[in-house]
Amino acid sequence: MAPAKKTNSGDYLRMFRQMARIRAFEDNANQLYLSAKMPGLTHMYSGQEAVAVGICEALEDTDKITSTHRGHGHCVAKGAEFKQMFCELLGKEEGYCRGKGGSMHIADQAHGNLGANAIVGGSMGIATGAALSAKRLGKSDVTVCFFGDGATAQGLMYEVMNMAALWKLPVIYACENNLYGEYTKVEETLAGSLTARAEAFGIPSHVVDGQDVLAVNTLTQKLVARCRAGEGPFFIELKTYRYHGHHVGDINREYYRSKEEEKHWKTQRDPIINFGKWLTSEGIANDEELDEIRDEVKADAEAAVTYALDAKYPGQNEVDMHVYAPNAA
Amino acid sequence: MREITLSKAVNEAIAEEMRRDDTIFLIGEDVAEAGTPFKILSGLVEEFGPERIIDTPIAEPGFMGIAVGAAMTGSRPIVDLMFGDFLFLVMDQLCNQAAKTHYMSGGKLNVPLVLRTNLGATRRSAAQHSQSLHALVAHIPGLKVALPSSAYEAKGLLKTAIRDNNPVVIFEDKLMYQDKAEVPEEEFLIPFGVANIKRIGKDVTLIATSSMVQVAEKAADLLALDGISAEVIDPRTIVPLDEETILTSVRKTSRAIVIDEGHQSYGVTAEIASRINEKAFYHLDAPVIRMGAMDVPVPFSPALEDITVPVPESVADNARMLVRGELIHAA
Repeated sequence: MAPAKKTNSGDYLRMFRQMARIRAFEDNANQLYLSAKMPGLTHMYSGQEAVAVGICEALEDTDKITSTHRGHGHCVAKGAEFKQMFCELLGKEEGYCRGKGGSMHIADQAHGNLGANAIVGGSMGIATGAALSAKRLGKSDVTVCFFGDGATAQGLMYEVMNMAALWKLPVIYACENNLYGEYTKVEETLAGSLTARAEAFGIPSHVVDGQDVLAVNTLTQKLVARCRAGEGPFFIELKTYRYHGHHVGDINREYYRSKEEEKHWKTQRDPIINFGKWLTSEGIANDEELDEIRDEVKADAEAAVTYALDAKYPGQNEVDMHVYAPNAA
Repeated sequence: MREITLSKAVNEAIAEEMRRDDTIFLIGEDVAEAGTPFKILSGLVEEFGPERIIDTPIAEPGFMGIAVGAAMTGSRPIVDLMFGDFLFLVMDQLCNQAAKTHYMSGGKLNVPLVLRTNLGATRRSAAQHSQSLHALVAHIPGLKVALPSSAYEAKGLLKTAIRDNNPVVIFEDKLMYQDKAEVPEEEFLIPFGVANIKRIGKDVTLIATSSMVQVAEKAADLLALDGISAEVIDPRTIVPLDEETILTSVRKTSRAIVIDEGHQSYGVTAEIASRINEKAFYHLDAPVIRMGAMDVPVPFSPALEDITVPVPESVADNARMLVRGELIHAA
């Protein structure tokens, strides 16, 4: 990691806190599943925190993101609160989507999160359209489209990257290569290189260590500024790793990846541990201060879970509400 | 009153709305200088420029998805889908994304977009350019579906669609683009969910959509020669559906035929017939008859294609049998 710029210590600590918040959120979400308190399944973001935080810390609230089925990290990093997120995961009325979306469809419009998407690659058009909208309406908003390596096999990506390049749209395609698409290694599904796909459209592409929050943040800041200057679109491949299985129920997974491999990433490549070490070595924080942050976010997450478990379900009269948006009379 | 073509009516509706609201743009294949293969949009790019009349590559899912994202972020896109058959290409973006976003977000995100496309066989365009696929999208909650039956409806419904805060799919009958009808010079809108009683009658109700409204009216002319009085109802939108106007008519006439150019099985005719059966059963003197397109891919040969869709004579034949009581025990 690069040497610290001392003026940024507040930013650095916020990045640490945001990564710790995502980890705490996911640990609690996983527990809710394991203790059968959560309806359905969910997909854990643990291990990929530096991607969401490094990118979203380079964005303003008015900038947009589109997210994926593995979307809790993007949602937290873009500014969402634990209470409304856990309420959504549990299908409660106070959830971000009044319990109608659930884990795979959390949207937080107030912070520019246009929503998670349960169709792999399904939000690439939406992100590109948000960028077109911003450009046409004369706004300076940038849109980041999060997707995984698996989504690069979908045809939609190539159609919209072609148009984004033709029309110089302010969109950043952020490919989180976590090495697995569902239960399959990326080598078995990916021919050629990821970045070459974007380069074929003349889209400048970058590869970055997705476990290094500073590297991700520094690159994203640069690309966001260039997008605002009309130089978009861009493509980033973020090399990262998901600690859990495809979803919380994917527990016996040695048939597709080894425990040794998981252990290596968790002990050697963990984005939070490694960033914590850097913060202490640079004298930005000491271990006690970092532990305090961890304890605080853990307590926040647990309090939010308790709150959400006790929260109300939506009334049955809501079932056919919001099928259609109202029109002005 | 002046008469204009359906094509001109669509062009006017778009131009008027785009002058009124700068957040509207139109996107699709060959929509700018080419003005579409049907020349419906000619002149728009000259007035509004290529920033608002946007030519795309041939990539229907791509520009459909882009329109969804634009609609979620302050724009009001009009998507031009060159042929209704290409709906199959955009289904994920239309049905999984556009239709569900408002609901899945608990009402926080809106998708105010219009998908303009077409329907209609007998243009000798064969199986992939002739389908009438409106039932597919009418099945999906969150979408509204409009079926204009003349230049007047084409203009009034399209203007309403553009102002709606939801995704609306509007199907124009591609054989009707050059047909003229009376369209007022002054501005007007046609509300959704309000059927039009095209002709008042007492013996049988003909409920017909889009291209089939003309067929039903011609059938009514034939029936009049036999002293049979047919009421013709054009629902104009099938989502929302003006059920009450249909039921009121059927309670009066006691007989109904539903005519629509989509395939008959699992289609619009079945849906409307079921609602009549459920809600006006004791008023019926005979089973409700469905008349849709044959359940075959649309054939190319004129000799075959022409027999796949309802025509005035076949509608009139069924109506006569209904009135004579010959279909009471129909299998």
